[in-house]
Parts: sequence; C-alpha cells; structure tokens
Amino acid sequence: MMILQVQDVTKRFGGLQALTDVTFDLPEGQILGLIGPNGAGKTTLFNVINGVYAPNKGKIIFRGEDITGKPSYEVARRGMARAHQVVRPLHDLTVRENVMVGACFGREGHSLTQAAHKADAALAQVGLAARADQPSGLLNVAQKKRLELARALAARPFLLLLDEVLAGLNPTEISEMVDTILKIRDEGITILMIEHVMQAVMSISDRIIVLDYGQLIAAGKPEEVAANPQVIEAYLGDPEMTARLMGE
Amino acid sequence: MKSWRQPGFWLPLVIVFLWGGIVLVLRQDTVRETAFTVLMFMALASSLNILLGYTGYVSFGHIVFFGLGGYTGFYLISEQGWPLLPAALAGGALSGVIALLVGLAVLRLRGAYFALATIGINEAARAFVSNFGPFGGATGLFVNFSAYEKYGGAGQALWTTFTFLWITTLAVLVVSYLVKHSRFGLGLQAIREDEDAAMVMGVQAPRAKTITYVISAFFPGIIGTLYFFKNGNVEPGDAFQLHMSIEMLVMVMLGGMGTVLGPMVGATAYQGLRGYLLTSPIFKDLHLAVAGLILLLIILFVPAGAVGWVRGRLPALRRVLE
Ligand SMILES: Nc1ncnc2c1ncn2[C@@H]1O[C@H](COP(=O)(O)OP(=O)(O)OP(=O)(O)O)[C@@H](O)[C@H]1O
Ligand SMILES: [Mg+2]
Repeated sequence: MMILQVQDVTKRFGGLQALTDVTFDLPEGQILGLIGPNGAGKTTLFNVINGVYAPNKGKIIFRGEDITGKPSYEVARRGMARAHQVVRPLHDLTVRENVMVGACFGREGHSLTQAAHKADAALAQVGLAARADQPSGLLNVAQKKRLELARALAARPFLLLLDEVLAGLNPTEISEMVDTILKIRDEGITILMIEHVMQAVMSISDRIIVLDYGQLIAAGKPEEVAANPQVIEAYLGDPEMTARLMGE
Repeated sequence: MKSWRQPGFWLPLVIVFLWGGIVLVLRQDTVRETAFTVLMFMALASSLNILLGYTGYVSFGHIVFFGLGGYTGFYLISEQGWPLLPAALAGGALSGVIALLVGLAVLRLRGAYFALATIGINEAARAFVSNFGPFGGATGLFVNFSAYEKYGGAGQALWTTFTFLWITTLAVLVVSYLVKHSRFGLGLQAIREDEDAAMVMGVQAPRAKTITYVISAFFPGIIGTLYFFKNGNVEPGDAFQLHMSIEMLVMVMLGGMGTVLGPMVGATAYQGLRGYLLTSPIFKDLHLAVAGLILLLIILFVPAGAVGWVRGRLPALRRVLE
C-alpha cells in the first residue's frame, strides 16, 4: 500500500519556481532517500508535504486521504512527523518537555502523564535520556538533532520526514544515528529522508529520488541512481559531491 | 497532574487568601483601598500573563477588556438594576466574546504587528464608547445611590466589592496555574518558543491562541465592573487608559512572565514603588517615565523577571515558586 502519493506538485515563491510537477509514490515500510544539490527544493518539498505551505498545483495524498492545503497541525495529527534541517528546539522548555509536545499533540494525543512516559522512551531510543531535565537550549548541535528525532518519534507517526539529520555529525555520531534510523524503520515507520551524506543515504535507502532545480530527474534503487548520467551531471557543479557519488 | 499536592499551587493562593482575610478582619477603609488597588493589578497582570507569559503574544492594549467589560457591567448595574455579581460576570463574558471575535482576526499577526493591533483595538473601543448613547457618551455613567442600598449602604458595598475582587484574584491564580500545568498549556508554551515548529508537532495554534485570549480577557471584564462600581462612575477617559496597559506589562515583566507568582510579585513591587514615587516631590510627575525605565532595564538585564531569575539560580525552589 502507498502511504504517501505526491502528484504534480508545483510550488512558486514569487518568481522563483521551487518545485515543478513533482510526482512520486512511497510504499509503506520503506526508507526513501531524497537527494539533490543545494537549493534544489528538497526542504520546500517537505514543507508542501506536511502542510507548512500549500502547493500552487498538485495533490498530496497521505494514507489514502487528500491532505492538500491542510494546515501542518492537521497533517501531524494524521500521523506525519518531521525532524527539521535547521534544528528548532523549544528553548525555554526542558528536553523532556520538548518531546512531550510531540507525544501530546501527535497522532496518539496523549495526556501529560502518558506523554512523559512516551517522551522518556523516545529519549532513550535516541540516546538523550541523560539530558531529559536540561533546558533544550543548552544542547549541542548533535544533541539537538537527536532531540528533533525524539520529538518526531514520540508522536508515533506512520511517516517520518527527516531533513538532513546526519549533517554536522562526526563519523561515530553518523553511524549511531544510522542505526537508530534503521531501528525506527524496523518498527514499521515509513521514512522519507533528505540527506547529503551520500554513503549513508545510499546504504540505508530502499529507493532514492533526485531533485534538481525543483524537478524530479531520477528515481530508483540506490545503485541505479548513482550510475544515472543525469544525476552525475546535476552534481557536477559540486566536485566533492560528484566524487562521493562516483565512489559508491 | 495533582495540582493540590504541589507547593507551587498553594503558595500564591495562601498569600492572597491570608492577606485578603486580614484586610477583612481589620476593617479599615484605608487598608482596604490600598489592598484593592494591589489586588486589582495582581489580577490584571496575572490575566495578561496567561496570554503574554504562556503564548508570548504581547497584548499592549489589554486594558480594553477592563474598559469594555467594566462599562458593560456598570451599565447593567446602573441602568438595568442588576446585582453586582451577575453584572460582573456579564462584563467578563462580554470581554471574552469581544476577544473571541477580535482574536480570530488579530491573532494571525505576529510580534510587533499583533502588539500594534491591540493598541488600535483599545483606541477604537474608546472612540466607540465615547459616542455610544446607552453608555452615556463622553460623560459616562453614574450609579444611583440607591443601588448601594441592596448591600447595606455605600460603606458596606465597598466591602462587598473588595470581597468579590479578592475571590476573583484567587480564581485568576488558580486558572493561571492550571493552564500552565495542563496539556493545553504545554501547547501554548510550544507556541511561545516556536509557533511554526509547534504546529508541525500538531499544536492547533489558531484555536489554542484564541481560547487563551478569551480567558485572559474574561477576568479583566469582571475586575473592571468591580472597580467602576466601587468608584460610582465610569467614563471613557478612565476605562481605556493605555498607560495602565503598559503598567500591567511592566508588572508581568518585573515579576517574571510565564510564572504564576511573577505577576503577583511584580504588581506588589510596582505598586509599592509607585506609591513611593507619587509622594516624592521630585518624581511625582515622573512615575510613568520610571515605569518605562524599569521595563527597559528588565528587558535588557533580567528578561526572566524576579521569579524567573530566582528559579534559574535556585532550581531546588522551582516546585515552590511556580
Ligand atoms: N519561504 C521561502 N520564500 C522564498 N524562497 C524560498 C523559501 N523557501 C525556500 N525558498 C527558495 O526555494 C529554493 C529551494 O530551497 P530549499 O530550501 O527547498 O532547498 P534544499 O534543496 O532544501 O537546499 P539545501 O540542500 O541547501 O537544504 C531556494 O532557491 C530557496 O531560496
Ligand atoms: Mg534543505
């Protein structure tokens, strides 16, 4: 069954065409990698999928329901959670309270007491249990990324949107995070992840789609995508990225 | 959550309860008048804090709910012969309804735009009331002396009004605590920290903000009715004073926004200072300037306010100083 269907999605910001006729399906239980050069429109696609922006054209269908144009909180309640690229901790709240927001207002809509338990479980899952009582503003970047993930997990989503959760992490932290993501997938949560760390995204994704200048230019298994000439060309402006892609 | 087991829930209530109780036992007019003013500002600042402190929305013209609710309650007493209690509740209800209608529109605005819009609402309400026949236009309304008869004469009526204000203040503090420690309140605090992120997590921000705005407008409407009934008259110049709005903000900031105790501490400290300034020959015309200066200093150096500062320094006291 398709958990998410994105059909002909177009998004403009004034004169800027950020997304053009993007179409893809995501089957339940998979990890779908979304890659593309900087400014390709990946984060914008997430914003359209989870209702932060309404698309100018096209449809978003989540678990069989048309959710196009619904506000982000409606989408969240239906079981879609997100970890942001630019971390957004609720500074004055403790780490636990941050995660409780996810549990209280996410799909299962827990009471405060239940949410505290769910929060502690989610924090343990991402390895932040020891920080539960600290103000979230005091965490370092790697910890804030984990907090984003814990908050999303505590919502018990059907679909998890991960926007560059590996960026800025060192190799040890990356492999820990990759393990965490795989465990989440094994629990039955479908994952759509934007990632620049090629090796990681290539190794854990079931399928990959590639966005360039707002258009979907390739889709397929990781090895197919890595060998696709159009994809290599899209990355040519970025020699480092090309080398990594070719190195796969 | 078992609120009644928390010391932070009881502390503000016990203080206000004992203080009001002592005033009632002493039964001296001057003591009552001072206590009335301080309690009134405590309750007003606490009401404002439910919006400002928990959602981060700065309502600059919040006094409009005191004015409109006060006018409505006063009108029901002086022109329609209603008793004080239902009139005050009706004043609160009217303020709540106005907040509901206005909130749907202005709560879409963020930051400075919202603050400016609330000032506009206050000025618009003042202009409207000044030209509204049933409310006596620019001259306002007076209460007929016979209205006090029901309460055993004017003197006794003042004590009754004080008692109602005392109970209202206790009610505001209970509501403030319960909101802060509820699931709803967690959503509000998420909105305060990052509204867009809160919505992505499922917080229904438009609805939550509107409900909060209504709660924070309801109590000022009651308080306005009590205040004007005590004074015996109401006029546009007294009902919509922007500087009272600013003083409410100073009190919340001084004591600590987002805490239950903060607005209490802030209102007491500010009124104490104001009393001193008004009697000092040098400062007597400058008390608003001093208020502005205090606001500036707090925002620059102690943005958490007095209670927030102590909570930050002494985490052990957090459960007591909510
Ligand atoms: N709210 C907005 N208003 C105007 N332009 C925007 C807005 N959001 C994104 N854009 C523009 O849309 C384009 C796509 O941006 P987006 O953030 O989606 O890229 P991205 O693929 O996520 O890039 P990166 O890999 O750097 O995160 C960029 O040109 C960006 O400047
Ligand atoms: Mg991005």
